[in-house]
Amino acid sequence: MAVSLRVRLIWQLLALAAVLALGLYLAVRIGAERASEATLDAVLGAAAQGMAEEMRSEEGGVVIDVPPGTFSMLAAMGEERIFYRVDVGGMTVTGYGDLPLPAVPPTALAPVFYSVPFRDADVRVAAVARSIRLDGVATKALVLLGQTREGQDQIAERLGNRAAALGLAVFLVAIPLSLLVARGLTRPIDRLAEAVGRRGPRDLRPVRHPAPAELQPFVGALNTFIGRLRGTLSQTETFIAEAAHHIRTPLAVMRNDAELALRHSGEEMTRARLRGLIRSADDAARSAGQLLDHATVLYRADQAERAPLDLAQLTRAVADRLAPAAEMKDIDLRLTIEAPLPAEGDAVLVEAALRNIIDNAIKYSDADSLVEIIARAAGGKAEITVADRGRGLSGLTHDRLKRRFLRGANVGDVAGSGLGLTIVEEATTAMGGQFTLSPREGGGTCAILSLPLSLS
Amino acid sequence: MRHLVLALVLVLSAILSQARVAAGFEIEDERSFGPAGAPQLRLLSTTDIAILQPVITAWLQANPDSGLHYVMASSQEVYRAIAEDRAAFDVVISSAMDLQMKLANDGFARPLPAEAMASQPQWARWRDLLVAVAQEPVVLILADGALASPAEAPRTRRDLITLLRDNPDRFRGKVGSYDPAISGAGYLFVAQDARLSDTFWRLAEVMGRLDARLYCCSSDMINDLQAGRLLVGYNVLGSYAVAHGGKGFQIVELEDFTLTLLRTALIPQNAPDPDGAAAFLRFLLSAPGQDLISEGAGLPSVEEAAFERKPHLRPIRLDPGLLANLDDVTRQRFLDEWRAAMVQP
Repeated sequence: MAVSLRVRLIWQLLALAAVLALGLYLAVRIGAERASEATLDAVLGAAAQGMAEEMRSEEGGVVIDVPPGTFSMLAAMGEERIFYRVDVGGMTVTGYGDLPLPAVPPTALAPVFYSVPFRDADVRVAAVARSIRLDGVATKALVLLGQTREGQDQIAERLGNRAAALGLAVFLVAIPLSLLVARGLTRPIDRLAEAVGRRGPRDLRPVRHPAPAELQPFVGALNTFIGRLRGTLSQTETFIAEAAHHIRTPLAVMRNDAELALRHSGEEMTRARLRGLIRSADDAARSAGQLLDHATVLYRADQAERAPLDLAQLTRAVADRLAPAAEMKDIDLRLTIEAPLPAEGDAVLVEAALRNIIDNAIKYSDADSLVEIIARAAGGKAEITVADRGRGLSGLTHDRLKRRFLRGANVGDVAGSGLGLTIVEEATTAMGGQFTLSPREGGGTCAILSLPLSLS
Repeated sequence: MRHLVLALVLVLSAILSQARVAAGFEIEDERSFGPAGAPQLRLLSTTDIAILQPVITAWLQANPDSGLHYVMASSQEVYRAIAEDRAAFDVVISSAMDLQMKLANDGFARPLPAEAMASQPQWARWRDLLVAVAQEPVVLILADGALASPAEAPRTRRDLITLLRDNPDRFRGKVGSYDPAISGAGYLFVAQDARLSDTFWRLAEVMGRLDARLYCCSSDMINDLQAGRLLVGYNVLGSYAVAHGGKGFQIVELEDFTLTLLRTALIPQNAPDPDGAAAFLRFLLSAPGQDLISEGAGLPSVEEAAFERKPHLRPIRLDPGLLANLDDVTRQRFLDEWRAAMVQP
């Protein structure tokens, strides 16, 4: 899995905070150094100029005043070390004769500042030049005054450290903040994922969940994908329905022809073959019908058109329609129907579900038996029970039986596609109802379809 | 036999003086403490051996395996030994603050143990290179016979000037002070005097008119005073005055200001045993060490409260301002002025 967006965001924010802290440190450090250097240079320069100005020529030589107060002052900040040198006419008169001279000789107007290493220390020197009259000759005098700048460095470092600490504090505050921001930013994604995840397995409607502009391309792509999927699915279903439909007509023609042939044939062997042919045609037609039913159920479940309907009436109608098939096996359909049972739903779906349940009951019952159909209201729901004395479920669970194209182990000679219970299940789910299949006490199966009653 | 002994003494003294010349600087006294053969801490100091002996004894009792070699020299020689000869010493203690400052400023000192420095007040140390181990007032001493009546006792320099000027016959040739030309400490005192007050120059003139005698050291001044050759000693180290028991003279702290000297210690850059030196300094700066200096040796310990008790005490500022005093040109000019004041035509 790629690095999570949240983690990536946090790292980026933290990196930004670190860069900020470092930048702040450097900016303050350099700023403080520049500012204090300018200030200290001004003081040092003034002191050097003061010393140069105090120089005067007297009988017998130059008088130089080395002012203790000035030295104390220059050394005060950070207990600096002080070095000085006075040259007159190119000769060192007093001070440290080895204190290096400036690279550029200073003018009389402004001191020259430079930094040199001297006696194991970095010394900042101000050099001032002036002209002094010595024995009637103008002689060049040079005053160098130097100080270490350790106090300045310490202050700059302290300020820099303080700024870095501030930056670090920002950095530390940024951690929970970036977590918060990251969470806030990824929340719409979570919500969208939740909304998509909550959908039913067959819900292929486009995603209409509100999403921020940045997520719109994703939602758009998702919707396009859903659209394509839906198109493919409906195409497949339409194809199956068409195919089933197209098969049914030639099957009916074939069956008719076979029946006609049976009627006209006197030869017993041929008749037996024809009867088998008719039965096969019936099975094929039934399978095609179920395929059609299944496709219809899937299609309509998606559309989910709801209209008021009376379940009592519907049950009766389906039972009536299947009565001939029951009669053929001498099966008694006993209806116990409470009327009315108003509900909302797609009549076609409910009909398909009921038809498959009752058909199954008839199909798997022995001749001369009883199939009970009870429709009644129970706890705000309409409950339609179809109970037979057939061969039962042979131990298979209801869940397994509902799978597509899966049939019980005891189906034996009975023709079937394995789609019946799948159709019932899907239709019921689409209507918001429930379908249970359980073994009946005393043998047989009990199928219960319950659908919500409408309130009115 | 007598000749032989004399010859031996001569040879010995020749060897000794040879040794002293080889050292490159002039030493006044030296002594070894501790067991023979033990590693010796080399201490160079301007202080008389007798004054620091109690502290040294206590130190050696605490460190029985080590010895200590004490070399005493004048402050100028102490400076020369370190700055010019790069002589191998572990600890340098000197009363010449300016010379000590110059040693530290010019990079001859190495950092002292931080924890020992932290306990010292700001005015008693400079950077981590120089630390005061004792503070002592620079006082005026008056022989018992100097005053005709107690009312004459001077309290300020102005009083002293009046006393001397009004009694020239009594004080002629009987006033003593340092010769700043030969004594580093003496030069430091007069330079600080001159910096703090103009009355100093008037005092110098008065002393010059009275044919003041000039000394190299406090102890000589006190000895002459006790011997009756002097009546007044100006700018005498308080500790020496106290060490001489105050017999035959009284100690006066002048109330216009009394300079307070800091006896400072440093560890030279080329100390053979810097760790031992640090340990010794730590001992000197510790409470028992300070007590020993204060009580046993008679040197007042470094104490901030003294300045509150006696507002006239002025500590000599331990900072590079002291370097200005040492500037050759400035020093020469100052000494010229001083001589002009002292030597009356």
